[in-house]
Amino acid sequence: MDDLFSDALRQLLDDQCTPAVVRQIEASGDGAALWVQIDSSGFADALVPEAHGGAGLVLQDVLGVMALCGRYTVPVPVAETMMARSLLAHAGVVGVPHGSITLAQGQRAADGSLACAGVQLGRVADAVLVSDDQHMWLLSTQDAQRTPASFVLDADVHWSAQQVTAGLQLTQHFDMRLLLGCINAAQLSGALLAVFNKTLQYANDRVQFGKPIGKFQAIQHQLSVMAEHSFAAHMAAQLGCASDTVVPDRVRVAVAKARTSEAALEVAALSHSIHGAIGFTHEFDLQLFTRRLHAWRQAGGAESYWHSVLGRELVDHRNGLVLDLIRSATDVTA
Amino acid sequence: MSTLDSLNLTRIPADDEALRTEVRAFLSDAMREVPAHIRAKSWSGYDPAFSRELGRRGWLGITFPKAYGGGGRNAFARYVLVEEFLNFGAPVGSHWIADRQSGPLILKYGTEAQKQFYLPPICRGESFFCIGMSEPNSGSDLASVKTRATKTDTGWSLSGQKIWTTNAHHCHYMIALVRTSGEAQDRHKGLSQVIVDLSLPGVTVRPITDLSGDSHFCEVFFDNVQLKDDALIGAEGQGWEQVTAELAFERSGPERLYSSIVLFDEWLAFIRTPQGRTPESVRLAGKIVSQLAPLRAMSVAITEKLTRGESPVVEAALVKDLGTGVEQLIPAAIADDVFSRESQDIPLELLHTLNYVTQVAPSYSLRGGTRDILRGMIARGLGLR
Repeated sequence: MDDLFSDALRQLLDDQCTPAVVRQIEASGDGAALWVQIDSSGFADALVPEAHGGAGLVLQDVLGVMALCGRYTVPVPVAETMMARSLLAHAGVVGVPHGSITLAQGQRAADGSLACAGVQLGRVADAVLVSDDQHMWLLSTQDAQRTPASFVLDADVHWSAQQVTAGLQLTQHFDMRLLLGCINAAQLSGALLAVFNKTLQYANDRVQFGKPIGKFQAIQHQLSVMAEHSFAAHMAAQLGCASDTVVPDRVRVAVAKARTSEAALEVAALSHSIHGAIGFTHEFDLQLFTRRLHAWRQAGGAESYWHSVLGRELVDHRNGLVLDLIRSATDVTA
Repeated sequence: MSTLDSLNLTRIPADDEALRTEVRAFLSDAMREVPAHIRAKSWSGYDPAFSRELGRRGWLGITFPKAYGGGGRNAFARYVLVEEFLNFGAPVGSHWIADRQSGPLILKYGTEAQKQFYLPPICRGESFFCIGMSEPNSGSDLASVKTRATKTDTGWSLSGQKIWTTNAHHCHYMIALVRTSGEAQDRHKGLSQVIVDLSLPGVTVRPITDLSGDSHFCEVFFDNVQLKDDALIGAEGQGWEQVTAELAFERSGPERLYSSIVLFDEWLAFIRTPQGRTPESVRLAGKIVSQLAPLRAMSVAITEKLTRGESPVVEAALVKDLGTGVEQLIPAAIADDVFSRESQDIPLELLHTLNYVTQVAPSYSLRGGTRDILRGMIARGLGLR
């Protein structure tokens, strides 16, 4: 199931989500055309139960799809919508609107307004599923106040009390950082592989001192280290998605997001080191990937956030050998 | 490269996982009184009586066929056993090489007579092996070995020298990589493996003291040692191929993740106390788990490939280079944690263990192939060489 789904998405993205399209959406903030292509093919309904018209998949089935969103630097919230629609369906919401939905953790102010900082893909998403520690709201971005955040497609979003009241309120709540951590670990694993492959290709093509730079031992060893981090991140992302429901496991996401974020930093630095000045240009595609390595490392909790989550689990809630926590995080059916 | 996404999350089968309860009960009892700085020696710890006890319980040669005294189980069963041995810091050094690689090598390349002769005592924990690869002028450049076995009427005459041979002074046999034809410049051609009975005349073993004061490795001299015909293991001239296959077993196992784990658990016990717990130490503990967990999943996935008869050499090199990195991070980061506190009231046993592991940690990324050799192998796997 996973492979069929991934193969279909790969073909679509090959055609529709080229680097030129990504650049154009980053410039305009308008991802509507690409979104329609992806949504009409059903990918965003992958985690929705079959009874609600979805594909009825579980988390471990969609790692491939989420990793492809990283590998193709997809500038619309496919993985986020997939997760949001699943949560809404499981909450019994019928008739979820067609647009894209991203995820955010928010805090409701005393005056009833709601603000979310650095909403992932908040500039292009049609709606945001926001959770605080009591409720969730599905809120349109249409009339919300959106201001630029650090990543070009992200936004700080503010809804007035009136807009919040007009939105759909759910009595459930969810740790959105957990979901974004899981999604971004998977996206990072795909983007890391893409960056690694591009850098390997470049090292084989670029000739200096009369031979491809990939023939020099110093470059070879840097590529080996990139391979190690990409390889470990791929396994970490599998752990993050190792769930036979639609909800990820907190300890596994902590491992996944921490490890892929650590890899993102190392691999981004090494890829730029090997590419030299050309990799630093707007024109060369590497930047589309390495800017996202940093963005996804940050969003949903950077490595130290998840290190602390894991550490508290180990120190405060477990007894005995560290092996037993490692085993429970890794010895899973997936 | 396809290798990078070739490993899939794999669960250890329930039958093999079931061994854990039994071995853990035994180890909890057997290791209870042993202090952490001794347990930290782990697979360098030498205790023949302990090895015989493991043999008696059927835990040595567990992957060998029952016909040779083994357990007839798969690589996952051994994984579970070894993971427990290492995490408890059991002294498994005596039988380690025989169980991990000499036995499997004999099983794969040996004659029926050799299997009948060598394997049953390995499974009983009575026969210990060492690996004769490095020589004074052949370290990373292993193909340049000069120790030579010359054909005689009755077998072979062996002359030369091996060095850095772990536990040679406690072992009964060495499987040595030697030149049987050609010269050093013939490189991989003309190398063979021979089993040397270390009690034979002409063999001299001299322990070398390491920087921690231990003597776990040795130099071994061969002065016209007379070997029988059947000392040759595998095919004459195929030594290089055999050694390469042997190293795949050596590079991806749990021993590439857990060399510092006794220290980690000793420190963990400290930071679980009110006086030991700080936000920084909690975060560091999480950081180390976040690195170890994916590596363990990778190591288990490689084990699954081994059970299918594959030889995932490049994957094993990736895991070993990363794994030894974490093993070396553990003592470095724990030292920073405990020596950056206002209070210097640190348990003495933790400090002893930290001191020992700090001293031996450099060896983690030397034994079984240095970092640079591994990264070169990975580069070759990437098509760069």
